Amino acid sequence: MAAETQTRGRPETAAPAAIELRGISKAFGPVQANRDIHLRVERGTIHGIIGENGAGKSTLMSILYGFYKPDAGEILVGGRPLTITDSQTAIRAGIGMVFQHFKLVPNFTVLENVILGVEEGRLLRPSLSKARGVLKRLAQDYELHVDPDAVVENLSVGHQQRVEILKALYRRADILILDEPTGVLTPAEADHLFRILEGLRAEGKTIILITHKLREIMEITDTVSVMRRGEMVASVRTADTSPEQLAELMVGRKVLLNVQKAPARPGKPVLEIRDLRMVDASGVERLRGIGLDIRAGEILGIAGVSGNGQTQLLEILGGYPEKGSTVSGEVRVNGAPLPLTGAGCNAAERRRKGVGHIPEDRQAEGLIMDFSAWENVAFGYHDAPEYGRGPLMDRDAIRRDAEGKIRRFDVRPPDCDLAARNFSGGNQQKIVVAREIERNPDLLLIGQPTRGVDIGAIEFIHKRIVELRDAGKAILLVSVELDEIMSLSDRIAVMFDGRIMGERLPGQTTTGELGLLMAGVDADATPPPKIFPEKCE
Amino acid sequence: MTKMPKWADVILTPLISLVLAMAISALVILAIGESPMVALTTMIDGALGSSYGWGFTLYYATNFIFTGLAVMVAYHASLFNIGGEGQAAMGGLGVALVLLSLPLPHWALALPAAMIGAALFGAAWALIPAWLQAKRGSHIVITTIMFNFIAAALLNYVLVNLLRPVGSMDPASARFPDATHLPKLSDMALALGFEWGKNTPVNISFFVAVIACVLVWLLIWRSRLGFEIRAFGKSEPAALYAGINPVRITVIAMLISGGLAGLMAINNVMGEAERLVLNAVEGAGFIGIAVALMGRNHPLGVFLAALLFGFLYQGGGELALWTSIPRELIIVIQALVILFTGALDNMVRMPLERMFMALRKRGA
Repeated sequence: MAAETQTRGRPETAAPAAIELRGISKAFGPVQANRDIHLRVERGTIHGIIGENGAGKSTLMSILYGFYKPDAGEILVGGRPLTITDSQTAIRAGIGMVFQHFKLVPNFTVLENVILGVEEGRLLRPSLSKARGVLKRLAQDYELHVDPDAVVENLSVGHQQRVEILKALYRRADILILDEPTGVLTPAEADHLFRILEGLRAEGKTIILITHKLREIMEITDTVSVMRRGEMVASVRTADTSPEQLAELMVGRKVLLNVQKAPARPGKPVLEIRDLRMVDASGVERLRGIGLDIRAGEILGIAGVSGNGQTQLLEILGGYPEKGSTVSGEVRVNGAPLPLTGAGCNAAERRRKGVGHIPEDRQAEGLIMDFSAWENVAFGYHDAPEYGRGPLMDRDAIRRDAEGKIRRFDVRPPDCDLAARNFSGGNQQKIVVAREIERNPDLLLIGQPTRGVDIGAIEFIHKRIVELRDAGKAILLVSVELDEIMSLSDRIAVMFDGRIMGERLPGQTTTGELGLLMAGVDADATPPPKIFPEKCE
Repeated sequence: MTKMPKWADVILTPLISLVLAMAISALVILAIGESPMVALTTMIDGALGSSYGWGFTLYYATNFIFTGLAVMVAYHASLFNIGGEGQAAMGGLGVALVLLSLPLPHWALALPAAMIGAALFGAAWALIPAWLQAKRGSHIVITTIMFNFIAAALLNYVLVNLLRPVGSMDPASARFPDATHLPKLSDMALALGFEWGKNTPVNISFFVAVIACVLVWLLIWRSRLGFEIRAFGKSEPAALYAGINPVRITVIAMLISGGLAGLMAINNVMGEAERLVLNAVEGAGFIGIAVALMGRNHPLGVFLAALLFGFLYQGGGELALWTSIPRELIIVIQALVILFTGALDNMVRMPLERMFMALRKRGA
C-alpha cells in the first residue's frame, strides 16, 4: 500500500516533531493492544487517529499520558526522549488530555476545577485570581468563553468540554489530545469546537484528535493515522485520502458507507403516541407531551443530543419507566393501548404484544455480560414455550436456536458458550440484534444501534434493520449519530428537552437544519412536512 | 477468553488457599509451643479416623450444607443474606411447633411436616428483610443481621414463657414425641447389618441436605426462575429490560434462602436435640457464609466446603479434648480458613491466573 507508514521512512526534518513514537508495543496478557507503533506528529498540526473499537487508539493515548507503561519503544516529545511514568510527567512535558468522559468536579465552579491540582500555596485566593486572569485571556484568544464562576454541573456538555480544554491550557499544554470529543455535542457545538481547535493550531499548538467519525477527520485534520488491530496501518496527509479509503484501511476490506434502501412503503399505523409526559423521581419533567406516529414498513429516526428524553421515551415504550417516575399520556400499538403504569407495564408484557427492543446500552441492559451467548439469546424471551415447558428450561432447544442466530448474524467467534463479555462490541450488539429482530416484532425500538460498534458490523446491522422495515415492520430508531439518522430514517423527528421540535424528511433537510432543532432553535415556522409522502428521495 | 481452566478455578484455588491457611495455623501452633503435626493428626483422627468421628463431621456438615445453600441462593440474586442464624433459629421454632402440636404417628410423616414448618418459619423470617429491601431499599445486610438478634430474643421469650413445660427450670421445649424421632445413620447401618457411627447425631437429614443440593442446582442452573434470579443478580437494569420484576425476584430468592436456612432445624433440632433449646444454631448460620464463599456458590462446592467445615468443627473439638491447645485456637484456625478461602481469594487467584496466562502464551 502506497500510504503505508510513510512516516517511518521520512528523513529527520529540521524542526523536531511535537511527538514521535518509535516502536511502541503494549500487551495485556495475551492481547497485543499495540504492536510496534511508529507515529510522528508535526508541531502546529491537527493529527487524526482513527480506528475501530479495540484497535488500540485509547491504549496508545494512555501510554502517551502515562497511564500505561509500554513494553517496548520510545517516546520523543519535542525531539527529546522522555519516559512518561505518570500523568504528572506528561503534563510537565506539555501534554494535555481531554477525555471522552470528563474528569470534572460537578459541584465546583469552573475556576475551582481549573486550578484543582495546581493550586499554588495553602490559600486558594491567589491561585483563583491568577486563574481568572488566564482564563480571560484564553477566552479572548481562542473563543473559549465560559463563565468562570459558573458551577460545572449547570453547564451544557459543550461548555464542560471547554472547561476541560481550559484545564489543559492552564497547565500550559502544547500538545492537546482529544478522545472522541464530538460524541456528546450538537453539530453546532462540534463546529464551535473545531473553530477552537483551528485557533489553537494557528497559535502553534499541536492537536491529536481521536475519533471514529470519518467526516470529522476529513473536515479538520492535516494528517491522519489509521489503526487496525493494534497496528498503525497508515499515516497519510488528509488531503491525499478519501473517507472510502480510510474506512477500507480501518476495516481491512471494502465497506459500503451509505445504506442501500428502497423507498419506504408505509402501511397502517403501528405505534401511536399522544401527549406522552414523564416526570422523573426527582421531579424533573423529562418528556413534555410527545406525539409520534410510526406506520408499518417505516423507520422513524429520532435525532437529538443525548439526554433530551430519548432514553426515557425508549424505557417507557419498552415497559420499564424509571423507578419513582410518573408517566401520563396515551400509547397504542396496533390500535391497542399500552399500560404505562401498574402491573401491566413491564417489558415481558411488551414483548408479548410484539414490541422488540434493542436497548441503548447493550452492556448494562441488553446483555448479561457474564452469561454465555446462548443464555443471552434467551434473555428476555426465557418464558417462550419453545425454550421448554414447565419450570425448567430446555437448554438444547435454546442452544440450537442460538447457534442458528449466531450463524445467520455472523457473530464471531461462533461459540455459543462464550460469555458475552468476551465478544467485541460489534459482536455483542449482533447477539442483541439477532435476538430482537428474529422475534419478528411488529414494532422494534432501537437505541444507539451502532454505538461502539466497528464499521463492518455497522453495515451489517443497518442492512438487517432495513430488511425488517421492508418486511412491513415499524421501527423507532434513536441515535445521537446524525449520519446514521440521516441515512437510515424514512422520517426524522428531532427531540430537544423532552419535546419533539419538528419532523423532517431526510431528503429535504440538512444536518445544519437538524442541528438547529437539536439545539432547541425552532428556526423556521414552516408548516410541518407532509408525513407520508408518496416518494422518498 | 477465560483466564484459567475451570478445574484450576474451582479446585486448585481453594486448595492452595486451604494449604496456606493450614500453614499459618501451624505457625501459630508452633508459636504457643505445641506441635502442629500432633495437632493435625489429632484433628484428622478425631474427625475422619473413625466412623464415630465421621458421624459428627457429617452431622455438622449437614447443618452447614443447609445454611451454605441459603447464602448461595440469595447470593445469586446479588443479595447477601447474613441472617441465616436467625432464620435457622426460627426454623427450629417451626419444627417444635409442628412436632409438639400435631399428633404425628411416624417419623416418615413427621419429617415432611417438620420440613414444611421449618422452611415456612425460616422463609417468613427472611420475608420482612426481603420486602424492606425490595420496596424500601433498606439494605438486606443490615436488616438480616438485625433480625438475627430479634430471632434470638423472640426465641428466648417463647421458650421461657410459652414452650417450657410446667415445672421445668430449663429454657427448652418439651421433648418431641418418640414416634417423631428421626432415624440416625447408625440405626440405618445397623438395619443393613453393620455397625457404623454408633452414638453419633448424624441422621437422615444428611440425605435431605444432599437432595437439597441437587434441587438447588436444578433451580439455579436449569429453571426459568433460576435464570431470572441469576440475571437479576448480575444486572438489575438488564433484568428490568428483560421484564424481570425486581420485587418478585428479591422476595422469592429470599424466601427460598430463608427456607433453606430454616430447614437446618430438621437436623439439629429434630434429628439431634429432639427438643428446642436456646441457641440451637450455634453459629452455623454464619459458617454458611464461609461455606458458600468457599464453595464458589455452587451446590457441589457448598457440599465439599460444608464437609471441610464439618471436619474443622469436629476436629477442633477433639483438639480441645485431647491436647492442651486452647479452645480459642480452634476458632483461630477456622477463622484463618475462612479468611484465606473467602476474603483473600484473589490473593491466590491472581498469581494463578498470571501463571496460566504465561503458560498459555508459551504454549501458543
